[in-house]
Amino acid sequence: MNLPNHPAVSPVPPLLEEDLASVMEGERPPGVLRSGFRLWRTRVGLIFVTILVAIALFGRYIAPYAESKGIALPNQPPGKTRLPSQFGSGYKGQDVWTRFLYGGRPILIAALLATVLALFLGTVIGLVAAYNRGKLDDFLMRAMDVILAMPQIIAALVVLSMFGATTKVIVLTVGISTAPRIARVVRGTAVSVVERDFVAAAESLGESKTRILISELLPNVTAPLLVEANLRLTFSIGVIAGIGFLGFTPDPSAANWGLMIYQNKGGIVPNHWGVTLPVAAIALLTIGTGMIGDGISRATGGIDRARGDA
Amino acid sequence: MSTNRGMSNNLGVVRFVARRLALGVLTLLIVSLVVFAATQLLPSDPAQSILGRNATEASVTSLRHELGLDQPKLTQYTKWLKGIVTGDPGRSYAAKVPITSYISDRVVNSLFLLVLASIVSIPVSLWLGAHSARKRDKTFDNVASNVMLGLASVPEFVIGIILIILFSTRVWHILPAVTQTDIGQGPWTNMTGMILPTVVLVLGAVPYISRTARAAIIEVLESDYVEMARLKGAPERIVLWRHAMPNSLGPVFQVIALNVAYFAGGVIVVEALFNYQGIGGALRDAVNTRDLPVIQFLVMSLAAVYVLTNIAADVATVLVTPRLRTRLQ
Repeated sequence: MNLPNHPAVSPVPPLLEEDLASVMEGERPPGVLRSGFRLWRTRVGLIFVTILVAIALFGRYIAPYAESKGIALPNQPPGKTRLPSQFGSGYKGQDVWTRFLYGGRPILIAALLATVLALFLGTVIGLVAAYNRGKLDDFLMRAMDVILAMPQIIAALVVLSMFGATTKVIVLTVGISTAPRIARVVRGTAVSVVERDFVAAAESLGESKTRILISELLPNVTAPLLVEANLRLTFSIGVIAGIGFLGFTPDPSAANWGLMIYQNKGGIVPNHWGVTLPVAAIALLTIGTGMIGDGISRATGGIDRARGDA
Repeated sequence: MSTNRGMSNNLGVVRFVARRLALGVLTLLIVSLVVFAATQLLPSDPAQSILGRNATEASVTSLRHELGLDQPKLTQYTKWLKGIVTGDPGRSYAAKVPITSYISDRVVNSLFLLVLASIVSIPVSLWLGAHSARKRDKTFDNVASNVMLGLASVPEFVIGIILIILFSTRVWHILPAVTQTDIGQGPWTNMTGMILPTVVLVLGAVPYISRTARAAIIEVLESDYVEMARLKGAPERIVLWRHAMPNSLGPVFQVIALNVAYFAGGVIVVEALFNYQGIGGALRDAVNTRDLPVIQFLVMSLAAVYVLTNIAADVATVLVTPRLRTRLQ
């Protein structure tokens, strides 16, 4: 059953009980994405993200050297390298530009997968909790509190040291530790949707629980979900680059923007490019996703963005 | 807040605090179970990894006995939990000394950084939020909101590196890139070294607190009683700080609590960035040497910080919000 023309949903959660969840108002989609992209900030963000994603995914095909080829002594500025190089050499004498072109992919892909996993888990948990209320709701949200009580980067550090920093473990850890934040937003929005007449109508028509969750509740939480997804993608990029910076990458010899910053930090004075290139890339990528998220959230009528939960 | 509030209010608040505390203890109990269970999943045997690969069977067995690893899991867990609660979390496997003496200096260092960052970030955020709210949609507000959006998006180690490039290496040489604290000396003896780590944490937190403060103050500024205060001729400064601010603090406390909890995670990265001797370094060392008791203790402590700040924020929110206070009666 399609219900494209619901009136605007504006749940006003009671203080504390909803953890001061953000207040949503305004029109539902259709139109959120389109009106979001009418704002200049969304467009600028989109340009940043497109450029950086292109570099991360396809940069390696225009790289002048092989990923780990040494071209000079360590930390040589441009012009002092044995083989020609625009940005000099890094801590192992490898070409900074080549390492830069290779180093985005692992972070970007892991962050995307982690966000998708978190979105799936968080949405399912949030909707189930909101629809069932009662004991199941309490249990699920307390379980989310337990995960939230461990700072993300610390949980990641401990889990990665136990099971090894493979891409799979990184995605699972970041995804699972992000899920509670999404679950809270989804539950907070869905709780008041559950009370509405069309849900009761669907129930009386004998629709299955799964169908009510997917076709009655889900369409009514998409706007805050979209904003939250963007925010979480931004943070996942930061966290995954951050654990790379702390030395946890799937392949220590492979290029990775986070790890690259750590490795070339000691060589800032002779050749700063080994640090400034990946720093600029991570900064522009996260600012870009942040701007897109901000644009969409403005288009949806504004959601307060907060770090731990929204 | 008037001084002659009824006593019945206090009873409600006490009951509320008690309930929140009980819930917090329950959360921590579950966290402790998760942490303990997770460390049991470690692929290697701690006794084996302490003694190295060439250890004899007998010495591994005797060390396992000494560490209590041959006891049933449940006994190990209750013993460990009792130790944590009574302030004796056991001994470090790697350093072979009690954890409390092994990391007390580092805990002090990290706490100092955390407190410093909180002391700076809260007034800065409130000021910024209040002025953005008053100059809503004017240049100040727009510039501030865009700068804050950028700061909120970029991970803190990137902000930190940019500051190091600017202030310690390439552009100016005015602040140290590494924060050294000599053994036995508190970090307060090296305040120039504290500047950059503190600024990184502050820049990570200010966007969130100021944004929430701005939204909350805007809401209050549009209320009738603020209009009344204006109509009676109170200057805008008084209206903002005396009338609007106290009623905006509820949501702000919540975000401050979240950010104190965020500092607990953020210090790990910031400490790595500046080679600062805090719990972040201790955790990384413990992780590398599979020093289970230290890992367990640190994760539990950080979880406790998170839970307690959240409870404190909930209580503070209730105390500054008369509506909620009366509802608790």
